[in-house]
Amino acid sequence: MTDVAKAGETRRRNDIRDRWLLSAPALTLIAIAGTGPLLIVLIYSFLAPGSYGDVKWEFSPNGWFNVFLSRDIFDNTVSLADAHYTIFWRTLRLALATTVLCLLLGFPLAYFIASRPPGSRSIWLFLITIPFWTNMLIRTFAIAEVIRNEGIINSLLMRLGLLVAPVQMLFTDFATLVGMTYVHLPLMVLPLYASLEKLDFRLVEAGYDLYASRFGVLLRIIVPLTRPGIIAGSILVFVPALSSYVIPLVLGGGKNLMIGNLIELQFGQGRNWPLGAALSVTLVLVVMIAVIFYMRNAGEPGGRAHG
Amino acid sequence: MMAAAYESGAISLEGVMKRFGDFQAVDNVTLDIKLNEFFTLLGPSGCGKTTLLRMIAGFEMPSGGRILLDGKEISDLLPNQRPVNTVFQNYALFPHMSVAGNIGFGLKMLGRPKGEIRAAVAEMLRLVQLEGRGDSAVTQLSGGQQQRVALARALAPRPKVLLLDEPLSALDLKLRKSMQIELKRLQAETGITFVFVTHDQEEALSMSDRIAVMSHGKVRQVGSPADIYHRPADRFVADFIGETNFIEADAVSIAGGVARVRLPSGVEIPATFPAGVTPSGKVTVVIRPEHAQMVAQAGDGALRGIVGDIIYLGTDTHFHVRLDDGSPFIVRRQNATNGPSEFSPGESVGIRISDNVAQIVMNQP
Amino acid sequence: MARTFSVRRQSGFATVAMLCFFLLYLPIAALVVYAFNAGTSIAIWEGFSLRWFVSAWNNQQVVEASWRSLRIAAIAAVLATACATLAALATTHTAPYRGLTAKYAFINMPLLVPEIVTAVALLVFFSRVKLWTGYSGLGYLILAHSAFCVPFAYLPIRARLESMDASLGRAAADLYATPLQIFRHVTLPLLWPGVFAGLMLAFIISLDDVVITEFVKSSGQDTLPTYMLGQLRRAITPEMNAISTVFLLLSLSLVTVFFCLSRNRKKES
Repeated sequence: MTDVAKAGETRRRNDIRDRWLLSAPALTLIAIAGTGPLLIVLIYSFLAPGSYGDVKWEFSPNGWFNVFLSRDIFDNTVSLADAHYTIFWRTLRLALATTVLCLLLGFPLAYFIASRPPGSRSIWLFLITIPFWTNMLIRTFAIAEVIRNEGIINSLLMRLGLLVAPVQMLFTDFATLVGMTYVHLPLMVLPLYASLEKLDFRLVEAGYDLYASRFGVLLRIIVPLTRPGIIAGSILVFVPALSSYVIPLVLGGGKNLMIGNLIELQFGQGRNWPLGAALSVTLVLVVMIAVIFYMRNAGEPGGRAHG
Repeated sequence: MMAAAYESGAISLEGVMKRFGDFQAVDNVTLDIKLNEFFTLLGPSGCGKTTLLRMIAGFEMPSGGRILLDGKEISDLLPNQRPVNTVFQNYALFPHMSVAGNIGFGLKMLGRPKGEIRAAVAEMLRLVQLEGRGDSAVTQLSGGQQQRVALARALAPRPKVLLLDEPLSALDLKLRKSMQIELKRLQAETGITFVFVTHDQEEALSMSDRIAVMSHGKVRQVGSPADIYHRPADRFVADFIGETNFIEADAVSIAGGVARVRLPSGVEIPATFPAGVTPSGKVTVVIRPEHAQMVAQAGDGALRGIVGDIIYLGTDTHFHVRLDDGSPFIVRRQNATNGPSEFSPGESVGIRISDNVAQIVMNQP
Repeated sequence: MARTFSVRRQSGFATVAMLCFFLLYLPIAALVVYAFNAGTSIAIWEGFSLRWFVSAWNNQQVVEASWRSLRIAAIAAVLATACATLAALATTHTAPYRGLTAKYAFINMPLLVPEIVTAVALLVFFSRVKLWTGYSGLGYLILAHSAFCVPFAYLPIRARLESMDASLGRAAADLYATPLQIFRHVTLPLLWPGVFAGLMLAFIISLDDVVITEFVKSSGQDTLPTYMLGQLRRAITPEMNAISTVFLLLSLSLVTVFFCLSRNRKKES
């Protein structure tokens, strides 16, 4: 190698070193106070539970075992952990239902905004982002107030004579679903809007020109072309819905748990840290699978259309 | 005014190489750019001309070879350590600074006193004919004005060499023509060595003192515009610069530095050839369209053919002729009068070739 | 007379959109309205009064929690934005190098990992650290908030850097600026709107957090959201509405400033 080539190589290496130094504070911060401690959780999931919370430093597969199976404390028979499956199933069902509801409401909403004149679009979008940036807890609280027994909906229906007694909505799965949809709707609308805004309406014109109906155009042209936005929005809603904690706590009440609350329970009253750790790792894995699915599918429309 | 001529600013490239992974962007380039010269690197996109310029500026490090400025090696200096300034293709004006802020930036970085900077900025504004626009925001200027600011900014620190990376490519045709003249004037007035990169052969021919034609990372030929146009060294150069007719011929003899070649029609004509080669056997001869004339009697010309398309281009007319052996040949004729052409498609014609215009070119290796 | 045909129209979409806007704002509006209720109910209107705002203002716990929230958010936002700015500089305008993608993924990881999982991980880790060091101050909350705010600050800063013309830095270097001078005279002034946006996002995100704070805080370190979460389990008075209204107002003004800034920026370019 010539001197100048060596000098170039040194300069390149110094540049990379500087870039690592520059990113060191952020990486360190996240490693110690962000997602780094997840490693500890992973380790804990293979340890034995301590008597008053915490762990004993000995290997035990029981944390993972207990995620899916339960051993009867009297006769030692092994059966499926029904209570956990109920919670998993509720979590999955509610997360999927939230995603579908958000999509059904969010698509027309995003389409409506994207079809406004360019000048007023940002105002409409702003109206979507305000709830997005207001405190999630406050929004959950607001929903709770509206649907509680003495809340607006029940008292209005009763005053109108449509109901004799209030309908119990708060502390049900329905309440959790309403709350999650309410809180996560903006997360669906924003990527949908980004896709719809880029939509080339000449293609829609071409669709009409070739005898498609309004619904045909929607189904065969607009929806396929906005697929990246639909996938992005669905993942953005599905992932946080899956790991909800506050919403089922406030709206679902104590008994309609989702996996997030189950995890909390193991670190709180349950005092079974390894089980909580194993549940946490499971949740992270499910989320990662969803994200990888998203990354694989969120390319440009047509890129994988025939793949 | 600036000194009419600079005492320094000569660049030597010695075996300069640049690899990006497996791609050889610049392949063993050796060049001497002389003092106070308007030197152009010309070639199609991807030929390595911009990479070569970026290496002179210091934005890229060569993978091999040496770059010297006035005999001193500068290959491993950082861009801010080289007395060389660049006019960028997209101008790269600092959008958050005024026109004056942009022009004075280099001197400010060099730590010059405020008064000196102010005087230099004023002088530069005058030089590029933007007096009174010093406080304008650069984002409010037209493309041509931005171009002038970019020039003034690069000239303000009085670099020994000014590098220009396709600076006119974003301008429309009319503005481009006037900026070409402007650049020529600036170069003459400042006496700074200009190294100009372009893919536009007309621009290169009209502005440069000398041109280096590049392709695939190599320099094909270095010479004056007339040299490059009339005496292309190889087929690539002949093809890239201007319109050209290629005729396969046999070299018959060489005498006094001029070869005689036999054309397919059997007629023999003299032809020059590049230095360092001895043409023999099958050779390719280059004849520019304006160096051939059509004659009505097929037998009177050096070549014979049948008129195909006739394309009227305002100042001149192009006749596309199919030669007897089937190869195409273009004749350009100036429209001295506005009468109708005396030739029509399908007509059999002869083609006469002017004296001493044929050039033998080497086929690319 | 003639029926106009709009290519863009889809029947029913506008109705759904309006319904969505109505539903989005109805609970918030109800929340705000009942903050001014003279009675103790959050459903039966008994006349206008500011009593709940006064009561919240006089509630020592609320004032302390609010003050703590603001302090944590301010420090965490500055820390996160500083780290994010440096990280953005390190990951833009560069040829790909080993570890670049991993670095990018790691910085954004707090966005992907469920909050509850991060929360229990921090609980486990920090409870050990608390034992070792004996320190149990606000530092843990500040560190945790800074960490999950980093990607929120990083994204707008990086976006701004990416959209910045890389040749500006080269032009400055060509005009004799050293790397530090380039940063000071060219990069930072152009990056500033992105940094500001990042700072604001980080501040709002930190202010909103409840899950991680709930698990990391030591006793007596309630922030406003964790205080509210605690209260939600009890009988609720319009005082909660009053606190929420003030909180909403704060977020709203931040978002509005942010919106206006980004709007101006669009006009510039």
